[in-house]
Amino acid sequence: MKIVGNTHKFGDNIDTDVIIPARYLVMPLAEQAKHAMEPIDAAFAKSVKHGDVIVAGKNFGCGSSREQAPLVLKHLGISAIVAKSFARIFYRNAINLGIPVLESDAPDAIEEGARVEIDVAKGEITASGKRYGCTALPQFLQEIINDGGLIAHLKKI
Amino acid sequence: MKRTVTEKILSRASGRDALAGSIVEARVDFLMTNDAVGELVVRAFEQLHKPVWDARKTAIMIDHFFPASTEDAARVHALLRAFAAKHGIALHDGEGVCHQIMVERYVKPGMVVVGTDSHTCTYGALGAFATGIGSTEAAGVLATGALWFKVPESIRVNFSGALPQHVHAKDAVLHLLGTLKADGAIYKALEFGDCKALGIAERMTVCNMAIEAGAKNGIFEGKTSADSGAEYERVMGIALGSLEPQVACPYSVDNVKPVAEVAGTRIEQAFAGSCTNGRIEDLRVIAKVLKGRRVAKHVRFLIAPASRSVLGAALDEGLIRTFLDAGAVMLNPNCSACFGGQGMLAAGEACIGTHNRNFRGRMGHKDAKIYLASPETVAASAVKGEITDPRKFR
Repeated sequence: MKIVGNTHKFGDNIDTDVIIPARYLVMPLAEQAKHAMEPIDAAFAKSVKHGDVIVAGKNFGCGSSREQAPLVLKHLGISAIVAKSFARIFYRNAINLGIPVLESDAPDAIEEGARVEIDVAKGEITASGKRYGCTALPQFLQEIINDGGLIAHLKKI
Repeated sequence: MKRTVTEKILSRASGRDALAGSIVEARVDFLMTNDAVGELVVRAFEQLHKPVWDARKTAIMIDHFFPASTEDAARVHALLRAFAAKHGIALHDGEGVCHQIMVERYVKPGMVVVGTDSHTCTYGALGAFATGIGSTEAAGVLATGALWFKVPESIRVNFSGALPQHVHAKDAVLHLLGTLKADGAIYKALEFGDCKALGIAERMTVCNMAIEAGAKNGIFEGKTSADSGAEYERVMGIALGSLEPQVACPYSVDNVKPVAEVAGTRIEQAFAGSCTNGRIEDLRVIAKVLKGRRVAKHVRFLIAPASRSVLGAALDEGLIRTFLDAGAVMLNPNCSACFGGQGMLAAGEACIGTHNRNFRGRMGHKDAKIYLASPETVAASAVKGEITDPRKFR
């Protein structure tokens, strides 16, 4: 799987209350998605273009188990998330929704708005002509992502 | 093979040697979901076209948005009530916070329990392996009764001695979080040595906040103990007697300071409740502070007992009268202000609470400030109208 998109850059410990505040959780998805990242970047939801990539620091997605967090990002068109590390429930949720989540030190060097190319199978990120490694996902997780998430994957097998 | 408590439980549940780093498929003993994410569970489950694996091992809690104050919440509640009835699943509808009900009703030592809420790790207080999962995974468990786990390495924490007066289990876990930091235990188990000084309610407070260090689970030794010689990533000792009251300051749970450093900070709201500190033991501490006193005029002190049985006990013990006489506001047992379900804050306002997260925007405006502390520190602060050291409270 290869991904090309422009980045939205965030710092460390981006928590799920920031990604989608709890008071919006029971709204229809399209309504919820308008509030993604609202506490730290009220313009985020409007600025995301289909295929964009999030790059972030350590512990991305910490906090609650709400799957709405990766779900609103997917709904807005985020095609991959590259972070220095992920909180574990967010990490599993993202994979189960078919969103590539890649651990890498690249976010330090990548600028907001940069165009990046990601080779998920190889575990490689390219930005401004420079290549960065990222942790390659095990085959069985790549299969879930390639199928578009756990439910689609389970229906297939 | 020498094993940690988590390795022992996952070995039993997977039928193989579940050592740290290996990936195992474990049988799940109980699944919990709630109204914050329940709609996603139901939608995902229905796509699988499978029967429920075991309705007796499943419970649905309506606790985050109860009673519904929006049409969307009412719609989700109606959906969950119908789903529970259709499949014969136990429904706890407005009876209190999911984790409190789980411990009161379902969790037993040694179980593997998963729930669609990150604070599912609370049940480690009873010696169960319990962890939060997403809604899609919960749908899979609902259909199969099994889930894959990467067996976590454990960080061993040994508490010794006893808590000084005015210092509580919440202070001990906040101290631990300040040391470990918010990502200090990602994908790890926090294993706590058996400690006579900490009762079940206190152990629940400690395990509840394991997730705030990123841990997969928190678990106390009890019926299942670790083998001597089990391997740990790290062993930490905490002398309870050396601790002082702690406060987690905006906007992260690991931004922990001794209360003296923030004493005097004006607050507009205080909150007592949640899966962290909404139990009868906590309400007794609060009542002792409030007895014969008044909540400061500019402070709203919201109290939401963690469950109906906690509320009942508080009523029987006369605590509710004390709360009302002090000018506190009683709320129904639910998740309440902890996540902004009730008691939202305006820009510039500050709240001190007994709950578990102080993230930006969690309780309302992004510039509102949330402080986390023990029930005693919260109650003393509510009376004084500013963050107050309970040791200096008169």
